[in-house]
Amino acid sequence: MSDTAIDLAVPKTPLKVSDEIAIEIVGMNKWYGDFHVLRDIDLVVNRGERIVVCGPSGSGKSTLIRCVNRLEEHQKGKIVVDGVELTSDLKNIDKVRSEVGMVFQHFNLFPHLTIKENCTLAPIWVRKIPKREADEIAMEYLTKVKIPEQADKYPGQLSGGQQQRVAIARSLCMKPRIMLFDEPTSALDPEMIKEVLDTMIELAEEGMTMICVTHEMGFAQAVANRVIFMDQGQIVEQNEPKEFFNNPQSDRTKLFLSQILGH
Amino acid sequence: MSDASYVRTEMVSEQAAPNAAIGPVRWARENLFSGWFNTLLTLVSLYVVWQLLQHIWPWFAHSVWEAESLQDCRRIIIERHGEGATGACFAVINERWKQFLFGFYPSELYWRPILTFCLMLLSLVPILFSAAPRKLLWLSIAFPGLAFWLLWGGSIFVPLVAYAGFVVGWLLHQAVSARFSTLLGVIAGVFSALIWWLYLAGPVAGTLGEALDFASLRQVNSQQFGGFLLSLVIGVTGIAVSLPIGIVLALGRNSDMFFVKTICVGFIEFIRGVPLITLLLVASFLLNIFLPPGTNFDIILRVIIMVTLFASAYMAEVVRGGLAALPSGQYEAADALGLDYWKSMRLIIMPQALKISIPGIVNTFIGLFKDTTLVAIIGLLDPIGLTTAVRADSNWNGIIWEIYGFIALIFFLICYGMSQYSQYLERKLATDHR
Repeated sequence: MSDTAIDLAVPKTPLKVSDEIAIEIVGMNKWYGDFHVLRDIDLVVNRGERIVVCGPSGSGKSTLIRCVNRLEEHQKGKIVVDGVELTSDLKNIDKVRSEVGMVFQHFNLFPHLTIKENCTLAPIWVRKIPKREADEIAMEYLTKVKIPEQADKYPGQLSGGQQQRVAIARSLCMKPRIMLFDEPTSALDPEMIKEVLDTMIELAEEGMTMICVTHEMGFAQAVANRVIFMDQGQIVEQNEPKEFFNNPQSDRTKLFLSQILGH
Repeated sequence: MSDASYVRTEMVSEQAAPNAAIGPVRWARENLFSGWFNTLLTLVSLYVVWQLLQHIWPWFAHSVWEAESLQDCRRIIIERHGEGATGACFAVINERWKQFLFGFYPSELYWRPILTFCLMLLSLVPILFSAAPRKLLWLSIAFPGLAFWLLWGGSIFVPLVAYAGFVVGWLLHQAVSARFSTLLGVIAGVFSALIWWLYLAGPVAGTLGEALDFASLRQVNSQQFGGFLLSLVIGVTGIAVSLPIGIVLALGRNSDMFFVKTICVGFIEFIRGVPLITLLLVASFLLNIFLPPGTNFDIILRVIIMVTLFASAYMAEVVRGGLAALPSGQYEAADALGLDYWKSMRLIIMPQALKISIPGIVNTFIGLFKDTTLVAIIGLLDPIGLTTAVRADSNWNGIIWEIYGFIALIFFLICYGMSQYSQYLERKLATDHR
């Protein structure tokens, strides 16, 4: 197993899930031109739930979570996030986006701003928080991801792992109720994967609702309530992590697991 | 013990470089005399430079600064340096430099363009250097109106009423966007400002000027403008206005909205596809035909509009290049944080896109400034237009190098200044540490 080498901090407290619904996706379909990327997706995520989405490349897993904050538009079905349905209404979209944090594979920090400015920009301009207060929040979260000393540097001066932790802090500064992670560790050196995963686990312990597209199966086993396996734009199998890894049901899942865990 | 096994026991400490590896001697050896062929090239080059200097230097060394006419110049040179000597006759510059700077602007009012020029430099400071006191920005905002009032004279109310157009537009924008949508607010703001400028500003300024007669300056006609004053008025206005228009056009061209996109693409392609000369000729001869009878549109204003539109089409493409160079992740990250379109453009996309486009933007600026000399074709007396007048004077008939050289030198200084500033700005904004 490729990631057994990474010794992850296992959550100390049991992770609780509430009955309240955070995200509801019903009969959602998406096409890129003629290409049917997502087919009849049904998914309900409760508040506090941590979901890991895995699957082969091109299976639509990134597209799925990008639909949740409308970076991609869906053509059929409905997506309700925090009680707000995503339609073409721009005000609703901005409202959902300000409540949903997103972390990207390539960090996407703003290179012309310092680390602190990266973190304070959205709170100041979207939440209308006074600058001093935003600075305090930024430092709080930068401390939380363990890089307060880098606050006045520019993203280009940081390592990949540090940049990804800044990206997480930047999202957290908006005090989001849901976090989406789009392959957050795929662009990182092996040595840096752990520091990012540890940050994510800490977040999970605090009860953050998370959907995470990742191939880090160690992470899935440590914190996920549910693992979703996607292929060809469909949810093929979902289960709690123990069952999912030890007792996969579909042949496609078995093949996938044997390939990523086998070497 | 095999060679493959090795363990360093002591780390090597840093040492100073040997003397032969640094300093001018090394530079000369590496760059000028690195082999027999390069040595030969160096020697040949030195010979060519020497020959050129030998021919050009006497022309400068024999130059005459005090003379009545070109014949006078030649006589003085022969008297001083003997038969057959040649030299520059800079006396023409000495005699006519005021004309090259101000055209036929009344000489007793020269203080007005000079004051305007000083104010321009002062109001550029907060725009060009972020360390400058921010309060100076108020001067930068007031400068266009002040400059207009100082240069053309007349009532102070004309620029004041023009500024009021912005206030009117802004108020209506606020009122409409609060009650309806942002887009409607923008449209209402722009239209109300346009209506104010086109129909209300003139009468209002006229009435105010008659009712309250204070701070009125003697009027100077546009026909009296000339020389570098004219070049700078057209160039600076064009530069200042073409950048924002270009940005809006570039955003419009990238827009998802069909009509906005079509209008922007149509404008850019049309303006880019037409020579500037034709636009200037349109401004000079044809525009009056299309305007309602009785309106007398100032010729300098017409030229400024054409030059600005021309430069903004190029600017739009330069900025679009910068936008295209940004990774899509930047747009996505801005969106994902909940920033709306205008905020993400202003705070995330434009600062980066403009930084990438600095060389192209300054290129367009320099091109625009040099293109102001084309107004000579439609009879305006910019420096090039003035040379014709100077050479038509029987005293200076036949003089070429001195006046064109003088004009070229001033243009070079201004353009080189812009280029140097752009390089400074690029260094200052380099935060990506690639």
